[in-house]
Amino acid sequence: MGTLTIMVVVALFLAAIVLGGYNKNFLERVKGSTVWDWMTTVDHKKIGIMYFMSGIVFFLIGGLEAILIRLQLMVPANDLFVGDIYNQILTMHGTTMIFLAAMPLLFGLMNVIVPLQIGARDVAFPFLNSLGFWFFTAGGIILNLSWFFGGAPDAGWTSYVSLALNEYSPGPGVDYYVLGLQISGIGSLISGINFLATIINMRTPGMTLLRMPLFTWTTFVASALLLFAMPALTVGLLLLMFDRLFGANFFDYTMGGSSVLWEHLFWIFGHPEVYIVILPAFGILSEIISTFSKKRLFGYTSMVFATVLIGFLGFMVWVHHMFTVGLGPVSNSIFAVATMAIGVPTGIKVFNWLFTMWGGEIRFTTAMLWAVGFIPTFVVGGMTGVMLAVPPADFQYHDSYFVVAHFHYVLVGGTVFGIFAAAFYWWPKMFGKMLHEGLGKFQFWTFFIGFHLTFFPQHFLGLFGMPRRVFTYQANVGLESINMLSTIGVIGMTLGTLAFGINIYRSLFIDKTKAPADPWNGRTLEWAISSPPPEYNFAQLPLVRGYDALWVEKEAGKKELTPAEPLGSIHMPSSSYLPLVMAIGVFISGMGFIARGDYSMGIFGLIILGIAMFMRSFEVDHGYHIEPEEIEKDKGVDA
Amino acid sequence: MASDAHTNTNHASNHLETATLEGKNKVLGFWLFLAAEVVLFACLFGTYLALKSQTMSGPTSMELFDLNLVIVATALLLTSSLTSVFAMSAMNQRKLKLMQFWLGVTVFLGLAFLILEIYEFVHYIHLGHTFMSSAFGSAFYALVGTHGAHVTFGIIWISSLMIQAQKRGINTDTAPKLFVSSLYWHFIDVVWVFIFSLVYLLGKVG
Repeated sequence: MGTLTIMVVVALFLAAIVLGGYNKNFLERVKGSTVWDWMTTVDHKKIGIMYFMSGIVFFLIGGLEAILIRLQLMVPANDLFVGDIYNQILTMHGTTMIFLAAMPLLFGLMNVIVPLQIGARDVAFPFLNSLGFWFFTAGGIILNLSWFFGGAPDAGWTSYVSLALNEYSPGPGVDYYVLGLQISGIGSLISGINFLATIINMRTPGMTLLRMPLFTWTTFVASALLLFAMPALTVGLLLLMFDRLFGANFFDYTMGGSSVLWEHLFWIFGHPEVYIVILPAFGILSEIISTFSKKRLFGYTSMVFATVLIGFLGFMVWVHHMFTVGLGPVSNSIFAVATMAIGVPTGIKVFNWLFTMWGGEIRFTTAMLWAVGFIPTFVVGGMTGVMLAVPPADFQYHDSYFVVAHFHYVLVGGTVFGIFAAAFYWWPKMFGKMLHEGLGKFQFWTFFIGFHLTFFPQHFLGLFGMPRRVFTYQANVGLESINMLSTIGVIGMTLGTLAFGINIYRSLFIDKTKAPADPWNGRTLEWAISSPPPEYNFAQLPLVRGYDALWVEKEAGKKELTPAEPLGSIHMPSSSYLPLVMAIGVFISGMGFIARGDYSMGIFGLIILGIAMFMRSFEVDHGYHIEPEEIEKDKGVDA
Repeated sequence: MASDAHTNTNHASNHLETATLEGKNKVLGFWLFLAAEVVLFACLFGTYLALKSQTMSGPTSMELFDLNLVIVATALLLTSSLTSVFAMSAMNQRKLKLMQFWLGVTVFLGLAFLILEIYEFVHYIHLGHTFMSSAFGSAFYALVGTHGAHVTFGIIWISSLMIQAQKRGINTDTAPKLFVSSLYWHFIDVVWVFIFSLVYLLGKVG
């Protein structure tokens, strides 16, 4: 409690210094400040930007951890990071990249773009949107505080028991994993519900399901996966927390528990999770390839069908992570066949992208380069995926670098390439500025070549017998030169990432030119409004008259969308500081439980959460209205 | 929220909870949340079924469970679901007092159920069946306890909504809240039906 009081006092003190002294106007100045505006915002575009930016920060942290891993493995018998420290870096690299980098980067894009693509003024639950973001942030901070207070989790990103139980993982490391992921996971679930409700209920007139852009469709399916997959992780983490903190015996076999149970719960969540991060990337690809080939997406309906099918099959393949557990030939075979079946809809997608480009008027912008680089890279990852899906072969590949190479091909070659493509494509819409194309192309080539140099050799490392997760290997067993090559490739990816950083800095702080509303000759609704869009998005909700809604209007020779309603007063939700308060509550609670021994802080945090929930429930807030005169004024400025 | 056109579409229907777009969103979002809750409880059920025979020489489910007590608890909870339907029907007829009465009965029955459950847990602990005694114990308390926690939350939630309804009356703002809380209450009830069959009845046949 003392620490907390000190922190609150320091925070107030700092705020007072920044805002010029503490006097009776202090609170008003706080409320007028930009920081307060962003902390309390319920605007989906601002929340999206915050998601995206925190994703980049965590991507850099996770990347740094990757560099350290490759440095340790550069030469045999290296002693840079030995044992425990290596385990912590490895665990945090995986956990950070999946939960704190890939997901928020995608959530950021979804938040900004999906409401615009379906012609909505906002998401269905602006308040919950903000709550989801702050929960994610609280969880991410808890996870990373572990480096400074007691050591990071070190049981792998899968945190298998019995390794993750108290007996083999003493210290708070795994507690940080359990509580940090629990909190950020609740945030993700909230976001998933929000996207689903938004896409179902908030579409503009004429935006039928089969006119929705592919990115909206993949967001929809990925959110459905979130909805059904996240609770399995919630339960898994809850049980692990009970085992570690409260002496339960779910996973302790000496008391009748089962370690296979954790593996099931984890992978029932874990496998849909990889589709959660890859499906939106598929959607991004579809948008970009169609736009820069100046063609309607080839096989739109089959793309939608393939997306839904991948989402559906994604729930019945989790045992392919557990082939070597010994569940028996029948269950292994069923899950093997289901896994291979996913190759079919994925193949449909790849061919559709190729046929979209076929005969198109292709422009190789940076976004398009990433998209084109994505295809062969992802195909390699997909093919090794089918190899891994064969149980007898999997017994050879299991826990080797072959698996590491496979999932980096799909997660970096798929998700990360997709996110970079989307960053270049939608940056003007998010920030109203352009990213530099030259720097972007430099980034693409360095990152692309570096990536393949790092991970292609790892297939062979695995086949030659190098196990994953180990911190060293012997000399003279044929692994040195491949490992060295793999580490050299990191230089390329590092240069690429630095170039991206410089590009962001340039666009936000140096470049003064504003981005046009439609820099790429776009086909979907988001390009019909200014960059960045006004807070109400559409002055008049548009009437959608076909797939590629904006392109339909362009082909009809029109410059603007057909409105579906007369100009009128627009209702907006008001900002709220309660999501932040709730997130601070769970943050305090999480840290309190990690501290163990005395749970008063843990309970205190939950009380803050409860009070904030009551305040929200009893609050009467009808938002505010933007009148037509103000909208007209905005329009004048834009033209 | 998007336009007034949305607000006015449902004049003919007397379903106050979906009369506005916010209301529609809230109801849809809550159904989605319940879908997530289904998976959550499914995982807990799976865990329980996997671990239920691991009693580690502690009392088994055959020895522990007293069906008479559980049947009374079940009757209380199922009746509370019925009374919450009455409350919703009263809400859609704009009868505040009647709705408050039925909500009150719902909360009262929920409380009675909760007291029986607490009594049951205390009784088991005396018999040596605790959260820490075996994997069976952990799984039992995790599943039934999570349900109990949901009941507790429901009681607090519905009570606070009763206060709001008293203050503000039944309108397009309070109706969706009341409606989703009743959805939640039915959901708890359905989960209990599964607990009754998969935990208690199955526990009695071995």
